[in-house]
Amino acid sequence: MSLNDHAQAALDSFEQAAGWEQRARLLMQWGERLSPLEAAEKCEANRVHGCESQVWLVAEQHEGQWRFKGASDARIIRGLLALLLVRVEGLSSRELQQLDLPGWFNQLGLGRQLSPSRSNGLNAVLQRIAQLAADA
Amino acid sequence: MFQPSPWRADFPAIAALQRQHQTYLDNAATTQKPQLLLDALSHYYGHGAANVHRAQHLPGALATQAFERSREKVASWLNASDPQQIIFTHGATSAINLLAYGLEPLFEPGDEIVISAVEHHANLLPWQQLALRRGLRLIVLPLNSHGVIDLDAALQLIGSRTRLLAISQLSNVLGTWQPLSPLLAHAQAQGALTVVDGAQGVVHARQDMPLLGCDFYVFSSHKLYGPDGLGVLYGRTEALARLRHWQFGGEMVQVADYRSASFRPAPLGFEAGTPPIASVIALGASLDYLAGLDENAVATHEASLHRQLLRGLDDREGIRLLGTPQCALASFVIDGVHNADLAHMLTEQGIAVRAGHHCAMPLLKSLGLDGAIRVSLALYNDSDDLQRFFAALDQALELLR
Repeated sequence: MSLNDHAQAALDSFEQAAGWEQRARLLMQWGERLSPLEAAEKCEANRVHGCESQVWLVAEQHEGQWRFKGASDARIIRGLLALLLVRVEGLSSRELQQLDLPGWFNQLGLGRQLSPSRSNGLNAVLQRIAQLAADA
Repeated sequence: MFQPSPWRADFPAIAALQRQHQTYLDNAATTQKPQLLLDALSHYYGHGAANVHRAQHLPGALATQAFERSREKVASWLNASDPQQIIFTHGATSAINLLAYGLEPLFEPGDEIVISAVEHHANLLPWQQLALRRGLRLIVLPLNSHGVIDLDAALQLIGSRTRLLAISQLSNVLGTWQPLSPLLAHAQAQGALTVVDGAQGVVHARQDMPLLGCDFYVFSSHKLYGPDGLGVLYGRTEALARLRHWQFGGEMVQVADYRSASFRPAPLGFEAGTPPIASVIALGASLDYLAGLDENAVATHEASLHRQLLRGLDDREGIRLLGTPQCALASFVIDGVHNADLAHMLTEQGIAVRAGHHCAMPLLKSLGLDGAIRVSLALYNDSDDLQRFFAALDQALELLR
């Protein structure tokens, strides 16, 4: 599946990042790009549990295309959310189900963030997205 | 000045971790193991495993002998008068659950169980659920601002309806010793049974059961440089006799019929099924190792590292300690920095510390926090470990601020 322009830009910058510090800086910069949630969107139904930090995921479908918004009180997970959303934005449920999201994070050099002992919540967010795609 | 640990080389995993650029400072979660333990495991499996207390054949006799030798070593480590006061369980959690089920018939609706606000989930949830099953009141002793149980309040709250007091000795989050003596004495004067969760305490000070005077004492092997999958429950002989049998199965039975059975007394009556034989034998080896160390030298070393840890944290701006840690560990949060972000940065730099709620969610909530970073020490840590931690912390804060 081809990457949209934003996802391609993310991939380019992470591929060039040398070392953990630069990746951490990039992650935090990407996190700043998330559009803020309305207070009402930070509700229990949108909470993703299984994270050390608070994470919300808002999902809507418009004419078969998924639109996501996400937020967290921690900066690294905000960055991971932004990199996730840039990859899944505008996809159909069918496309979402076929997408290899762990592969996406591996490409970015962030595969370790998905290890089961990490409690940053990225795994829980991926499960929520898979659930949404399957239910739709 | 560099402070080495004279015992570091006794733990082969420390060098292995260092080759992977890992600095291990999560010792309150679990500890690395001495070579003596690895040798004991390898010897047991390499020379013939056998089940215990069942067979008359030679391997069975040798395994049983080694297994019961460990019971004696644990008893002597705790200065318990009789090895039969030591029950082996599958962990400290399992030991406390054994108590919560084994003591259940002693409670009447309206009776009170007293715990403290500092408890790990393992010494909270079994009692909370027992209270829900039997219609009991769960009383939670409050802490003072240092993270120590408020003694005045506690002596008021422990009263004639108190049937049981269950408290930890050393907090796994705050690093505070709890005032056990007055609490235990007061609870016993009210006719209550007493349970001490020694999971952290047993690691950082030698324990003397008759002196401590509790009815039950619980700890886990793996935090005391022993193997995992093994917990220890010590009980006063009279207290053990009050336990109802809990798990049923092989070797805990005296006479079994299809429709009825009678059971052995402690300890074997509470060790249903095949116990973790290799772990029990290996714990014996860890205790042999620990018994060979200069107790004062270990305590002095740990205290000095702990002072360095507290001083380093105090030197940095915006760091807020949880409670007033006295021993072994320190938990902290940093103004304006999310502990999950800090944990990420430390992990990236090979610093193994713990972030989160430390299995004490109600305690963290009561402090108005949803997580904290915990640095916890063991006897094999040295001052370089702390320096690497502080260098990584400074680097993380530079990125995050």
